[in-house]
Amino acid sequence: MAETLLRVEDVSKRFGGLLAVNRASLTAEAGRITALIGPNGAGKTTLFAMITGFLAVSEGRVLYDGAPIAGEPPHRLARRGIARTFQIVQPFSNLTVRENIAVGAHLNRPGRGDALAAAGEVARMVGLADMLDRPATSLTVAGRKRLELARALATRPRLLLLDEVLAGLNPSEIRDMVPVIRTIRDGGITIIMIEHVMQAVMSLAEHVFVLSEGRIIAEGSPQAIAGNPRVVEAYLGRGAANRMLGAAHG
Amino acid sequence: MRGLAPIAVIVAALATVPLLTSSNVVLNFMVVALLIALVGQGWKLLGGYGGQYSFGHAAFFGTGCYVTAILQMRYGVNAWIGFCIGIAAGALVGAVIGFLSFRSGLRGSYFALVTLAFAEVLRIIASVAPITGAGVGTLIRLDLRPEAFQFQSRAPFYWIILALVALSLVLVRAIEHSRFGAYLMAVRENEDAARALGVDAMRTKLAAMIISAAITAAGGCFYAQYFLFIDAGIAYGPWISVEALLAPIIGGIGTVFGPLLGALVVKTLGEFTKLVTGDAPGLDLVIYGGVLVLVVAFAPRGIAGFLERRRG
Repeated sequence: MAETLLRVEDVSKRFGGLLAVNRASLTAEAGRITALIGPNGAGKTTLFAMITGFLAVSEGRVLYDGAPIAGEPPHRLARRGIARTFQIVQPFSNLTVRENIAVGAHLNRPGRGDALAAAGEVARMVGLADMLDRPATSLTVAGRKRLELARALATRPRLLLLDEVLAGLNPSEIRDMVPVIRTIRDGGITIIMIEHVMQAVMSLAEHVFVLSEGRIIAEGSPQAIAGNPRVVEAYLGRGAANRMLGAAHG
Repeated sequence: MRGLAPIAVIVAALATVPLLTSSNVVLNFMVVALLIALVGQGWKLLGGYGGQYSFGHAAFFGTGCYVTAILQMRYGVNAWIGFCIGIAAGALVGAVIGFLSFRSGLRGSYFALVTLAFAEVLRIIASVAPITGAGVGTLIRLDLRPEAFQFQSRAPFYWIILALVALSLVLVRAIEHSRFGAYLMAVRENEDAARALGVDAMRTKLAAMIISAAITAAGGCFYAQYFLFIDAGIAYGPWISVEALLAPIIGGIGTVFGPLLGALVVKTLGEFTKLVTGDAPGLDLVIYGGVLVLVVAFAPRGIAGFLERRRG
């Protein structure tokens, strides 16, 4: 078994009386793609925000490379090699695509020239090479998702958390993006992805965690998860599993 | 470094002004315009690149004024040394105000209001504290020797303020092409996205505030040496906070030469108004307001931005 890069242990997040994440645990093996799925409002993005330091952890531990990281601010975690994308894209609107990516590249490259050159390379990797000198606002939704990815990649992370990078893309754009994510993994970067596009989860992820109402209700290979009655019920409601799985077998 | 040639050309051209005219009116006008350009340059670093709109740059200007004046008059410190300490004191005030407001997460209009409040508090303290001369103000003794940072003619003053403006232009240009500049603009555009990419937003904003305050304080120190008299209303008054932001906004907030251009335009308009209206008090402010409305409506990126767009 591969080495575990990230280990989330019994992490909870309380917003006043609301328990958004309830003793959730998950692991990400180095060099693999781990998916985090679940219905809307399950707490996936909240869990990501805790791992990346944007939200404080109410209870539990987050271990990265064996060391506890809960409580560290986002910029310090980024320096340790944890990068993330945002579900709602957050481009630096008044900067060009190249300048956007260079902000990420600056993490390891103090020189302006170096960072701008590195931005060009990363842009080629995610298919933004033609857009480099355009303002970020001129990009389509698909382009902005690529930009999110490019900026995060430019920090040369060890662990990359992708929050719905495929949401809002059309089927052909998704087909273009899936190999990009695979290439990133093949480059040795460990990936955790929140994703609703199941076709992509099935083809990319090696291990899937399912979060529902703040709890991890199942984990396993994509195939095992797809046939898990608890997962089907979480998405479609009580009783749905019997009908669906029953119909499939009958 | 790229972009130094235009700065060199413009500064060299401006440096010839005292050789072409010995008119005190012209030189005095130019000195004041360059002073506003310097103060505006400081404001622009924080406001333009950092997106933090301060309404209280008087806090730094006034600190520069008072520290350099008080050190000379009460402690017999050499004027040039006082000048340097004045800049450092302005930077320190910037660090304190910046730390308090950024730590509390103040942005936008809240940041503007808090900086305004700090400047007003300092103005009121300066108008009652004995060390500042309270309501009477502080007079720097006439001592027309270069060692005392005072000169017989206006030309040396002109060259000194021009050199300070040139220095600030080079500094801002260097920041624009550095990692710090990229981080500063990233924080302006989207703080959370910047933090996710490893940018320490608090430290970046604080550093911008300190440099901005230091540049503006240099303007204050120069003011005290040039006019040899300050009081609370001059040093910490809202007029300088307004001039500090008008020059870059009218000139072009995201451009290197914006504050210089803006200061020249604003000052020219001000003088012109005085000429036409015969010094009716406050009318120059009416004109400023009108120009600001026109610029915001038709050239949101300022005169420099407007020219750039016309050309490109």
